Amino acid sequence: MSVLDIKDLRVEFPGRKSVFVAVDDVTLSVDAGKVLGVVGESGAGKSTVGNAVIGLLQEPGHIAGGEVYLHGKRIDQLPYKEKRRLRGRKIGMIFQDPLTSLDPLQTVESQLVETIRTHLPLSRSQARQRAIDLIEAVGIPDASERIKQYPHQFSGGMRQRVVIALALCAEPELVIADEPTTALDVSIQAQILELMKELCRERNVAMLVITHDMGVIADITDHVAVMYHGELVEYGETIQVLGAPEHPYTQSLISAVPRPDIKVERFPVVNYIEKAGTPQKQIDIATHWLGKARDYEKVTGPLVQIKDLDMQFETRGSIFPSKRKYFKAVKKVSFDINEGETFGLVGESGSGKSTIARLITGLYQPTGGSILFGKTELTSLKNRKDVLAMRRQMQMIFQDPYSSLNARMRVSDIIAEPIKFHRLASSNAEVRQIVDDLLDHVGLGAAAGKKFPHEFSGGQRQRISIARALATRPRFLICDEPTSALDVSIQAQILNLLKDLQQELGLTMLFISHDLAVIRQMCNRIGVMRHGELCEVADCDQLFEAPQHPYTRELLNLMPSLELLSRANLATA
Amino acid sequence: MIGFATRRIVQAMIVMLVVALLAFTMFRFVGDPINQMVGIETSIEDREALRDRLGLNDPVPVQFFRFITKAAQFDFGTSYQFRQPVSELFAKRIPATLELSFASAVFALVVGIPMGIYAGLNRESPISKLFLSVSLIGISLPTFFIGILLIFLFSVTLQWLPSFGRGETVQIGSWWTTGFLTISGLKALILPSITLGLYQMTLIMRLIRAEMLEVIRTDYIKFARARGLPDRLVNFRHALKNTLVPVITITGLQLGAIIAFATITETVFQWPGMGLMFLQAVQNVDIPIMSAYLMLTAFLFVTINFIVDILYFFIDPRLRVGRP
Repeated sequence: MSVLDIKDLRVEFPGRKSVFVAVDDVTLSVDAGKVLGVVGESGAGKSTVGNAVIGLLQEPGHIAGGEVYLHGKRIDQLPYKEKRRLRGRKIGMIFQDPLTSLDPLQTVESQLVETIRTHLPLSRSQARQRAIDLIEAVGIPDASERIKQYPHQFSGGMRQRVVIALALCAEPELVIADEPTTALDVSIQAQILELMKELCRERNVAMLVITHDMGVIADITDHVAVMYHGELVEYGETIQVLGAPEHPYTQSLISAVPRPDIKVERFPVVNYIEKAGTPQKQIDIATHWLGKARDYEKVTGPLVQIKDLDMQFETRGSIFPSKRKYFKAVKKVSFDINEGETFGLVGESGSGKSTIARLITGLYQPTGGSILFGKTELTSLKNRKDVLAMRRQMQMIFQDPYSSLNARMRVSDIIAEPIKFHRLASSNAEVRQIVDDLLDHVGLGAAAGKKFPHEFSGGQRQRISIARALATRPRFLICDEPTSALDVSIQAQILNLLKDLQQELGLTMLFISHDLAVIRQMCNRIGVMRHGELCEVADCDQLFEAPQHPYTRELLNLMPSLELLSRANLATA
Repeated sequence: MIGFATRRIVQAMIVMLVVALLAFTMFRFVGDPINQMVGIETSIEDREALRDRLGLNDPVPVQFFRFITKAAQFDFGTSYQFRQPVSELFAKRIPATLELSFASAVFALVVGIPMGIYAGLNRESPISKLFLSVSLIGISLPTFFIGILLIFLFSVTLQWLPSFGRGETVQIGSWWTTGFLTISGLKALILPSITLGLYQMTLIMRLIRAEMLEVIRTDYIKFARARGLPDRLVNFRHALKNTLVPVITITGLQLGAIIAFATITETVFQWPGMGLMFLQAVQNVDIPIMSAYLMLTAFLFVTINFIVDILYFFIDPRLRVGRP
């Protein structure tokens, strides 16, 4: 008998006008010691399945049909109190963001002890001992001391270990992990996945892993269920599903995952998912406003030359200079970016890659070193007019498409603003025409200009960001994790768009990402960063085939292996 | 922590100095103090002699320094109207105001916090909606009107509670008088403290409700529920404690406000406290009392804010550990 059996589950969210069916007709089962992955893109209803099992559906959502069995005992119709007793005791849950899933005002010990004592008849000191054992078991050294600390004294990865300890502390039979590693760095992700696999086997726990990440699925699951719009489209053994997907959605989802192994010209575009935004009306770059006035001064040698760049932030201020403390975010970094190429910066969070982008654009003033753009030294620019002229030539695309657009402005105003500010067009009518053309060109259509940002999806918003960045006719584009917040299928579209634009306009790009596969597809040359230092700079293929620096090798090893994934349909791309 | 406390104390001293400067300038610019003190028939020579004796001809910095030194020893000079030292007048009045403020603060917290928690946890219930609409009245009606309304209802119509004064008081120590120990004293406290505390109560209730709604949505509350913790633990140990930081800030400021601005309530109920005295001082241009009141109020605010800042350390561990 399976630990968890879900039969024909249907979850509904009654709305004002109609009932939204979040999950429809889903049948799954998980055995003890096995891992079942539920994969799908945002809005597929995968988290809702987990919440329905543990009985934590957001009001007014409710189970409208089907049955949920735990060890053959039906649990979906239990009264509230009995359901609550199952949580933690029989079913443990792990959440996505370890930074926010622990109460900041309670020590780790008190959170563990209270959970243990809620479920098991143990004395305070027995519960404490058990808590220490658990903390040790999830791989936190010095457990008896660390346990007295507060969550903010742990790093992200360590906190996720605490969360896992909390989920396991009453020895549940089933653990539901909702995007357990999405908020973590690759190296931490690998460790946490390893830990989960180990615990699952050792304690003979059934595990339901909900994720959007094919790498995670390939790495730890035995079975996988693919969800699309609340429905189960494919379900089977992981090797089977990833290796020989039958459903067209699964096929397109797999093909959209960036390949870490070889470089392909373009990302396979998934038409199954969302209408790929093809330009409604192609503009002829050669004659259009966008293509004109690109006669920037010629440079001999690289376009951007960064030399011994240093940046430190004051972490403790004091009136005595000797007592001040600094954090060195960027240490003596030097590299060049050639005209027309895409230079990739890769590294884990806190490695200083975004700081470099901010230094180049002038959002921060460096504490040392030089940034040469063409023939101009950026760090010594004083004259406001010169600064503006430089800023016009470089534009930035940010990670979070939800917070990087002003929610109170219409899309057309957002894009028109830089054109008007830099006085790049002669009349309002011309500005309007340019905005319409830009929107067409990034695949949104001119009609989108009348709307507000909140009416668009994440991918569409990122297209707006791109159109805004193009509106100053830049020469140099900095993309800071432009697709990290997006689903894979949307990511493929956005990256293709960036590639097209680069070719058409001859843009030079600095592309920052933590995702090695994306970097491989996008960049000509790559710099690897760690702790503010540049470890290695190499040509793309050379870096992946023959990494020189030990850290680069380590990063490459940590990449989830995607060999399982079927690439048969790549030929159609 | 010690560094933080010292920094705050230094800031507080700067604030006090600025207030002292304001209180000091009052003497110089709100009318001529000599004119207030002497009669019409005093000769110009006598006036000049008095002026000289009081040190009013000294350079301004010297006078200001003298003012601060005296103020630090609670010496604010002599009241123009009562011909008594201002500090003595205040000593007589402070117990009444502090007791009234204490009673209304307790009323605001004891009633406001549970109402706020209830309204935060049971957002849709009719009782929460009733709390919210009633609290709107508390916020929108002016204090004096509520006071008069209460007097009309409970003193005039029902004749349950006295409409003015402190009732019988008991002397404790050399200068403290309390109304807490007699029945008539307690009865006299009820109406004024409700009048004074109603606004703070609604404020605290709404604040706690809003904070609760915010905290309930966070991941750690969801995770606490997913671990099967009983609702009591989730709501009180995890949710309530996390709402406290902003609530304490506001409560501290409001406590200062209660003490400092009891003026209107004291007038309506003829409560023999500082506020009533201040109002009389304004009518009679009694500058020493006005400036002492100003200093005292500022001192109370600064002290309460300091205590609130220190309280943060006990509630939020993230502040306790110095950042690396």
